[in-house]
Amino acid sequence: MSGVSRRALPGFGLGLGYTMFYLSALVLIPLAACMLKAASLGPAEFVAATWNERARAAYALTFGVSLAAAVVNVGLGLVVAWTLVRYEFPLKRLVDALVDIPLALPTAVAGLVYASLYVENGWLGQFLVPLGIEAAYTRLGIVLVLVFTGFPFVVRTVQPVLADLDAEVEEAAAVLGASRWQTFRRVLLPTLIPPALTGFALAFARGLGEYGSVIFISSNMPFKTEIAPLLIVSRLEESAYAEAAAIAVVLLAFSFGLLVLINLLERWSQRHAG
Amino acid sequence: MPVEPGTEPAPPAPPAVRPAARRKAADPWVVRWGLVGATLLIVGGLVVVPLVAVFTHAVGKGVGTYWENLTNSPDTRHAVFLTFVVAPVAVGLNVVFGVAAAWVIARFRFPGRTVLTSLIDLPFSVSPVVAGLVFVLIFGLQAPFGEWLRANGYQVIFAPPGMVLATAFVTFPFVARELIPVMEAVGPEEELAARSLGASGWDLFWRITLPNIKWGLLYGVILCNARAMGEFGAVYVVSGRIGGQTDTIPLQVQKLFDTPGPHGTPAAFALASVLTLLALVTLIAKVLIEPKLREKPAGGPPAGG
Repeated sequence: MSGVSRRALPGFGLGLGYTMFYLSALVLIPLAACMLKAASLGPAEFVAATWNERARAAYALTFGVSLAAAVVNVGLGLVVAWTLVRYEFPLKRLVDALVDIPLALPTAVAGLVYASLYVENGWLGQFLVPLGIEAAYTRLGIVLVLVFTGFPFVVRTVQPVLADLDAEVEEAAAVLGASRWQTFRRVLLPTLIPPALTGFALAFARGLGEYGSVIFISSNMPFKTEIAPLLIVSRLEESAYAEAAAIAVVLLAFSFGLLVLINLLERWSQRHAG
Repeated sequence: MPVEPGTEPAPPAPPAVRPAARRKAADPWVVRWGLVGATLLIVGGLVVVPLVAVFTHAVGKGVGTYWENLTNSPDTRHAVFLTFVVAPVAVGLNVVFGVAAAWVIARFRFPGRTVLTSLIDLPFSVSPVVAGLVFVLIFGLQAPFGEWLRANGYQVIFAPPGMVLATAFVTFPFVARELIPVMEAVGPEEELAARSLGASGWDLFWRITLPNIKWGLLYGVILCNARAMGEFGAVYVVSGRIGGQTDTIPLQVQKLFDTPGPHGTPAAFALASVLTLLALVTLIAKVLIEPKLREKPAGGPPAGG
């Protein structure tokens, strides 16, 4: 590969030194400080801070809405990725570019506009609220805005895999008498599952940490619509620093676990593709 | 025409037709147009309607009111100013880091290289609120270090330095992530040649490396900047949200949204439209740069190994 001898090119020491310094100063030491702060609580206090009724309700909500949004995104993402790879239609390039909007649009804007779309006199709320579908300030609203923020992930993980698929496999299936649907279910779907799962995990992880968009559209009521990151903010505002750090450690543990899972999924996905 | 399962005669494959074209025709038109319709509906409902709504709500009361909403409040003006200070500083810090990290990871092999590469992605999996919290825990007034800094005249939390740190944390991976694959694709051959001809490290960087990675660098900077200017959660926690002092555009949008009356939500949308324009410009730049990123390895020296 492209690795060269440390004597052939300059800057190894300086580059590595600066990289390690910056990484430690900005990321590793602050994260360690958070864990130390949480550890200043005794085991009983730690459990009391992270496992009380309000916290459990917040974890359950955060987990539930992120899961629901990620599941919805797998369905939407497969449809959109398939269409963008397989078919030609007007404005295709524009639609493809628009898929990335949720990554570029600040979450505060997403929250603001989603909150106003689904209120009773909002653009979409005027049709939905009479039907009994109330999204603004409810859990449904949180799911909707998380579907928005997580939308690009499944599309962008599935798209390249679908584009690289060998046409011969599908042709072989057709020659052997498989219907289009059988070919999709038995031949294509198994290949698409690993990237779709990776996209699912990425969208799920994004939902767990999301804050900006959610607090606009949620009523932020303890036990009902209070997400876990909001709980940290509440503890901070009460100057309960160690308790805030303890909840943060729980969230960190969960997202790091998910990160490991995503890496394993990606490796599995590459093995399938390769 | 819809095809019954099993009745489709397998046509002998004519080798002249491109397989991709044949595959596209393989789905019945009902499926094809159904899926295209569904895609337009999904992208339209999820993305286009909100974008249109931002601008419609922003200029709904006329362009004059829109301009007033943007410029009349000193707090809003200060928020715009602060965003354009905090984001570039944070991006600048991450550019220096990104170049250093990409140079080391793409050009050298050393123990711990894989671990280092994964650690760079770490901030992506940390909730922005937690990213803000860690700096409050270190630099806040309840912490000994924060107290000591304050006694010596430095304020980090509830002030721009803390906001820069929190923003740099959440945007940490962007530049490095884009640069590592670009630098790997270019390969070290030109740099080795320049080195053997006696170029200094500095010359090497400015004359060879930087021109080779410029599109990748620009790409990373644009993505990093979009996230930095729009960051909410992390800045929310460290800024203290002091109106006219530590509010950035996203924070001011939320404050205006919570303000009742004609200077509330309409002004929030006016300010949000600025961020939305930024997102659209980011996306256009991204679409324009992407082809240049792809052509780079082919146009450059033969890919090494």
